[in-house]
Amino acid sequence: MARYLIGRLAQTVLSMLVVISIVFVLTRLSGNPVFLLLDVNATARDQEILTRHLGLDKPLPVQYALYVANLARGDFGNSIISRRPVVEHIWERLPATVELGFVAMFLSVLIGVPLGMYSAVRRGGMLDTGARVFAVLGQSMPAFWLGLMLILFFGVVLGVLPAGGRGTIWHLILPAFTLGYFTSAAILRLTRSAMLEVLGSDYIKFARLKGLHEQVVLWKHGLRNALLPVVTFAVLLFVQFLGGAVVTETVFAWPGLGRLILESITTRDYPIVQAGVLVLSALYLTGNLCVDLLYSYLNPKIRHAGR
Amino acid sequence: MPAGSRQVPWFPGAILLALVVTAILAPYLSPQSPTDGNISRKLIPPVWMERGDWEHPLGTDRFGRDVLSRIIYGSRISLAVSLVAIFVAGTLGTLVGLISGYRGGHVDAFLMRLTDIGLSLPIVLIAVVMVAVSEPSFRNVILVIALLLWPRFARQIRGETLAIKEQDFVALAVVAGRSSAWIISRHIFPNVVPTLLVVTTLQVGFVILLEGTLSFLGVGVPPPNPAWGLMIADGRGYLATAWWISLFPGAAMLLTVLAVNLMGDWLRDHLDPKLRQAGAVTVTDVPVETPVEPPVGATPATPSGRRAGL
Repeated sequence: MARYLIGRLAQTVLSMLVVISIVFVLTRLSGNPVFLLLDVNATARDQEILTRHLGLDKPLPVQYALYVANLARGDFGNSIISRRPVVEHIWERLPATVELGFVAMFLSVLIGVPLGMYSAVRRGGMLDTGARVFAVLGQSMPAFWLGLMLILFFGVVLGVLPAGGRGTIWHLILPAFTLGYFTSAAILRLTRSAMLEVLGSDYIKFARLKGLHEQVVLWKHGLRNALLPVVTFAVLLFVQFLGGAVVTETVFAWPGLGRLILESITTRDYPIVQAGVLVLSALYLTGNLCVDLLYSYLNPKIRHAGR
Repeated sequence: MPAGSRQVPWFPGAILLALVVTAILAPYLSPQSPTDGNISRKLIPPVWMERGDWEHPLGTDRFGRDVLSRIIYGSRISLAVSLVAIFVAGTLGTLVGLISGYRGGHVDAFLMRLTDIGLSLPIVLIAVVMVAVSEPSFRNVILVIALLLWPRFARQIRGETLAIKEQDFVALAVVAGRSSAWIISRHIFPNVVPTLLVVTTLQVGFVILLEGTLSFLGVGVPPPNPAWGLMIADGRGYLATAWWISLFPGAAMLLTVLAVNLMGDWLRDHLDPKLRQAGAVTVTDVPVETPVEPPVGATPATPSGRRAGL
């Protein structure tokens, strides 16, 4: 177990280093922010000063080493555009992303678990078929298009929900559903198969034989045991929401980290792009790590398989 | 997921066939040019609405370009990008998987560590940044997708290779003095083809969505190409007045990915029962004691009565 733990931890650190390197190389190799920052009348002297000020005159490996050293100290640098520390920008936007991810996770569990449970109970019935269509559609739906269609229907045609921005609880519904649809389909399938397995077990048979009320059997004896993989999975989903936030946040003008990254790509504000991607990736990788460890702790079969 | 039906699923099959035919015959099928628009005929609604006409069955966009023609030509982009990207990723991943599985030892440890890292990255996020800063173009979109996708192939192919390696015909070939390259290409590769086919099909849908996402965000296929993702983005500002610009290309994308996914599920169930358990944990995870007696209650024991597909 200790060996697995260390190996898994090392892999997470390596993955993070890979992300750091990818992000660094890409953002430095593309275009020169100096030309973007100065207007056309700037002299060669101005360009030189700015280049040196931004540390862009040093060789790439040196820039990289400096960058990693700064990261280790928690220094993400300053935004090229606003000159404010990047950390401030990140902190401003992070709550919105976490909020959206959290609500989306909640929503997908709220939709996925009951649907999955009842399609397991009434296997082959109308609800099961409906749930399957819902699940298959969810896995094939372009999220950005779904978002726009929801805006079109609820925002434009019906006019009952706001089309974008952040503020009231109503603003959360459409983006959370867009983000959560794909995963509620996945939760549905997971709950269904876990529930099918549990329902075939002896203790459920026994609970029924005892003459317990069917709802008690299902919710207390059945769901409780089927829920473990589902809950673990939900945590994993939350983490993936953070990574996938770019799309949904863009569609709904949601002022989160994903949108900040995309905006900063347009303005070539490298430090923000770097920091944003790093923070989201770090959350993503840490979350995955936690889920894996939890899984292996709960299930020794996984711990020893395939390694 | 149980699947009893042996015949090819007609619904996804028909859609995929139609899609391929559309892509090949695009110049003959499109009523108008996909890129040249008549600005005086901009934002015309679909034919069944007021002001609509048969010249533009699905309406026009803000530059007066024909939506239907752009969707038809867009099928070429979706198919071409996803097929090329998957071909590159599949080749690379298969190679890594074969070598890793056959060689074992340090090579395997190194390659699988690399694969693990690749699998752990937040793909959409990294793809967005990679394409965005390396200038959006067909080549870059394809390269980035391929670069992020190969680990998925490597992982599956390696597992398959490990199993095949243990079989007698491989041992015999080793005894006969065949080189590793010969054994891998003649004995092992042909046996991983079914798995490869299944993995490929299951990834096509994902790649089409990924390309669409990148194009939608403006970091994918560059305009004025009629990529579906670009068209959907084009219509964003016109949702209230000209919803058809976004709705139809998205529906085309949904239908395509749906068909590919259904086909992939079907292939998985019929070509490669081992993949049915899905995920990293494979055969070893099957409980030793499987209940022989069918469970009582609401769950029928055998899946035989169930049909695949919708």
